[in-house]
Amino acid sequence: MTVLTWLAIAGAVAVALVATAEVRRHAAPRAAGRRFLRHPTAAAGVFILVFFVTTALAAPLVAPYAPADQVDPVHLQNQPPSLRFPLGTDVYSRDVWTRLVYGARLSLGIGTIAMLVAVTVGAGVGAAAGYWRGGVDALLMRSVDVGLAMPRMFVLLMAVALWERLPLALLVLLIGLTGWFGTSRLVRAEVLGLREREFVAAARAAGAGPTRVIFRHVLPNAAAPIIVSAALGIGNVILLEAGLSYLGLGVPSPLPSWGSIIYDGQPYIATAPWTAGFPGLAIALVVLALNAVGDGLRDALDPRKEPP
Amino acid sequence: MTEPLLRVRDLKTYFVTEQGSGTARAVDGVSFDVYPGETLGVVGESGCGKTVTSLSILRLIPEPPGHIRPGSFIEFEGRNLLTLAPKELRAVRGNRIAMIFQEPMTSLNPVFTVGRQIAEAAIVHQRLSRKAARARAIEMLTLVGIPDPGERVDHYPHQMSGGMRQRVMIAMALICHPQLLIADEPTTALDVTIQAQILELLDRLQRELGMAVMLITHDLGVVAGSADRVVVMYAGQVVEQAPTTELFARPLHPYTEGLLASVPRLDTRVSQVRGRLHSIPGQVPAATAWPAGCRFHPRCPYAWDRCAMEEPPLLDSAGGEAGTHTVRCWLLTEPQRRERHA
Repeated sequence: MTVLTWLAIAGAVAVALVATAEVRRHAAPRAAGRRFLRHPTAAAGVFILVFFVTTALAAPLVAPYAPADQVDPVHLQNQPPSLRFPLGTDVYSRDVWTRLVYGARLSLGIGTIAMLVAVTVGAGVGAAAGYWRGGVDALLMRSVDVGLAMPRMFVLLMAVALWERLPLALLVLLIGLTGWFGTSRLVRAEVLGLREREFVAAARAAGAGPTRVIFRHVLPNAAAPIIVSAALGIGNVILLEAGLSYLGLGVPSPLPSWGSIIYDGQPYIATAPWTAGFPGLAIALVVLALNAVGDGLRDALDPRKEPP
Repeated sequence: MTEPLLRVRDLKTYFVTEQGSGTARAVDGVSFDVYPGETLGVVGESGCGKTVTSLSILRLIPEPPGHIRPGSFIEFEGRNLLTLAPKELRAVRGNRIAMIFQEPMTSLNPVFTVGRQIAEAAIVHQRLSRKAARARAIEMLTLVGIPDPGERVDHYPHQMSGGMRQRVMIAMALICHPQLLIADEPTTALDVTIQAQILELLDRLQRELGMAVMLITHDLGVVAGSADRVVVMYAGQVVEQAPTTELFARPLHPYTEGLLASVPRLDTRVSQVRGRLHSIPGQVPAATAWPAGCRFHPRCPYAWDRCAMEEPPLLDSAGGEAGTHTVRCWLLTEPQRRERHA
């Protein structure tokens, strides 16, 4: 650990603190913002998320080694946390902190991309079902029922079993494509209500076609539940990816993801608990933070809490 | 007389009800014309089919459960709107025929600025650029009399009062200079003083832009002040049609008569007449089960057996130019019954 790395870590903390303060400053004067901040954990959640995102983005600065760097495979196996290795080393003498930081890139990245896929498909399907109703609705929603009836983990395990070595991009896509069912139900319900609103009739009377009505008038008004479900969904995806990697089926070693670090560390859980413990803690923290922010957003964006 | 701009013939819009209690015949054989530049008032109480008629013209009826029956005919500028392809229909909506709705509070999209909503029709129909559309929106805001249009254009609907929002709705409807404006209860949700301002504004814009207005309302006062001709609807049908002054001076259908008698007047004290304000007894029947014969007969003070058996056609009243004052009532064939009743 050089002074520069410590400085970089301090910098990440500072960025997170500033961002949290900024959120507070912008939220406080608004009613919705105050509802967000009333959640005691929402601001803490923002801090944790910004911290991890910053370290992930600035990984080469924050991490003292390269992620696959085996510092001294003979003498430095499973070293406990020290000044040189703040979170210890693993059995191959790799710095756990370094792997955690690089792992954040993968874990958060997979979570975000898979969730974007899921939200896009879910919003599209839900909007189509809710807007056209009738046969379209029946067909789409019954497919959603089928999708929800299949345990997600087993679908993914099956895909892993079918491909010899599942490319990471495909894994992300699969996680996304198995995660949109809930969102589509949510969006459909919202659209069913919105399509009857007078401003939708007014837009149609002005000559707007179905695409324009859906994308300009219906979906923007359904943004709140979509955002909330996305925030809560990322946490889910991170857990799912960690689960897969923990089984040795997700991110292939030596690539670090939080799940694969735990996988690497689990045989030594009794003698070197830091190798599996710290990435586990990171997962727990980020998922909790996402849930806290998601809950806060749900309260903040709930139109029923808007004073008339 | 000139050619009508809009010709509606035998319009039937039915709704299939969910409980299987039958078909609601919300609009059941309505015919009328709108001439260029005139204001046609359409009056009737809630549930008589006024709004469904106006929505049918732009084919905005939700299908299902609603549908316009074959045999209906709506001709606008020489084309039957009921057979237009969706794309051609969209080229009419908001461009040639525009519509303003009753509720200014809910007819504007809460997530967009009023400027973008006003500009929408211009962007859709005239393919204006964002910037040009914004300039047009400011122009329209000025036209409908909103102060500080350059600033107001970037405001959201919730930052405006009801009267202002209705002005915004009017600006939205008129941006493409339509030939026909359908105003569905444009003043019902507003304070009386604001109502007068909005009606004045509509009158002025109609003169300036030379468009025809179809003014749908249940308020006879609004009709008296603004309309050139009036169509009175009851139970999904036109029951009387006449020039405004003629209608108010000589209402021939007992329903019209009842409506006019139900309006409180400033020049006669209620207590002097009969101690109470007149009201038409009973209620509008359900649209799934219109009465046989004349649909008004269960509530009509003059009704006799023929009224319950045979449905009267629209009959031409003897006075005035042929076809200007038509009434759906058997009393026209036996006028002596009216005097006997009195």
